[in-house]
Amino acid sequence: MSNRAVEAKRDNNQSIIVVKDLHKSFGNLEVLKGIDLIVNRGEVVSLIGASGSGKSTLLRCLNRLETISGGAITIDGIPLNESLKHVSQFRREVGMVFQQFNLFPHMTVLENVMEAPIQVNKVTKDEARKIAVNLLEKVGLSEKQDVYPRKLSGGQQQRVAIARALAMNPKIMLFDEPTSALDPELVGEVLQVMKQLAKEGMTMVVVTHEMQFAREVADRVIFMHNGLIEEQGNPQEVLVNPNSERLKSFLRMIK
Amino acid sequence: MLDFSLVSDFIGFLLEASVVTIELSLFAIVLGLILGLIAALMKISNIKPLMWLADFYIWVIRGTPILVQIFLVYYGLPQVGIELGAFSSSVIALGVNAGAYIAEIYRGGIMSVPKGQTEAAESLGMTYTTIMRRIVLPQAFRVSIPALGNQAISMLKDSSIASLVTVSELMMVSQRFAATNYAFIEFYITAAALYLLMTTFLSYFLKKLEFRMSQSER
Ligand SMILES: Nc1ncnc2c1ncn2[C@@H]1O[C@H](COP(=O)(O)OP(=O)(O)O)[C@@H](O)[C@H]1O
Ligand SMILES: [Mg+2]
Repeated sequence: MSNRAVEAKRDNNQSIIVVKDLHKSFGNLEVLKGIDLIVNRGEVVSLIGASGSGKSTLLRCLNRLETISGGAITIDGIPLNESLKHVSQFRREVGMVFQQFNLFPHMTVLENVMEAPIQVNKVTKDEARKIAVNLLEKVGLSEKQDVYPRKLSGGQQQRVAIARALAMNPKIMLFDEPTSALDPELVGEVLQVMKQLAKEGMTMVVVTHEMQFAREVADRVIFMHNGLIEEQGNPQEVLVNPNSERLKSFLRMIK
Repeated sequence: MLDFSLVSDFIGFLLEASVVTIELSLFAIVLGLILGLIAALMKISNIKPLMWLADFYIWVIRGTPILVQIFLVYYGLPQVGIELGAFSSSVIALGVNAGAYIAEIYRGGIMSVPKGQTEAAESLGMTYTTIMRRIVLPQAFRVSIPALGNQAISMLKDSSIASLVTVSELMMVSQRFAATNYAFIEFYITAAALYLLMTTFLSYFLKKLEFRMSQSER
């Protein structure tokens, strides 16, 4: 802990997410029990762990979808506190992709991507359209721009959701099991887009059960157990030669 | 014994009165949609006094007869110096009444919008007002259309109550001709037919609207 704090000071320019002794409770249930985490600029971190271990909650704390019960979070030098102005700035810098896509069903694909730039960043419609068209091309969905989300496959919807988050030009992207709701044959196209993002240097925190992705793309794998970080490190080490018994049995289980 | 030819002499007046019924219902439903939206937003605001106020409004309106409400507006308000006239009094009473029911419809619609929608919008940095205006209410409104449609159909029928405060709408006019000609069956059946025509037309229109709304999401 003190070691980390020193490290955090030294690498202040490099670290973009700094989490110190994060606690989160729902009523009497303590879900996060003291998380320390530093993510560097451009780093891709993969969060793994059994269901209920607190992965989603940690991710949701990072863009303030959950209020925290204790500890501190700093995103790119901005401390997360109660002030409303900070919260919206926080969220603008942190994009989030959900398991269930959560596209806006009453808007076309293009409108989904244009909405936040227009409403939040107050850019003009033309400018928003340019941003959206570019991003949809990037995720390979140019020809679907005037379609409503329900007409799309899960994989296509998730790619739109990624484009929608990218439209705010975030510094960090959070992914909460982005491929878990997809049919197996659709997983690849979403992972492809995420790989591309990683290659372009986006800072990413990804909750995933795709060990393939963790191995190939992540710089670091973090194994959570029961509200704490149980083990972390280079994917090769952690996934191939885990220290903790719990991680060993977790890896056996998901195989 | 029954002589419907009598009715044809007065059909012009009956049609005119039907137009009054439509105007009355239209103004009242618009007022109800606005009041209902305000009350629904107050109810979900998490601001205690606003929630209480909305609850009070809904409680009083739904727990008392509409006839009492319309009499209070038309006969009661002049007593404290507010003279609105029969038509305006009826619009207000019917609108305020419908608003209480519509508030609950909207609230149900708002609750039916999945939490993930709000979270996605929040994660994009949208404010509460923007999320309501752009994301939640448009979806809530779509969900509410069938129930709002029923409310509008009820309004067409309930507007007949304005005949009791001298508005020359369809019921009032039919009543007058029925009595003076001693032809109750003829005029009341005609009135019923005209109401049926209006409600049928309205439900057809609402079905089409519902269909178009559902198409746009698929
Ligand atoms: N809003 C909530 N209210 C109460 N308990 C919650 C809430 N969200 C999550 N939890 C609980 O917190 C624990 C961790 O959940 P979560 O972070 O979703 O785990 P994971 O994503 O690793 O499966 C679970 O026991 C879950 O039931
Ligand atoms: Mg989860």
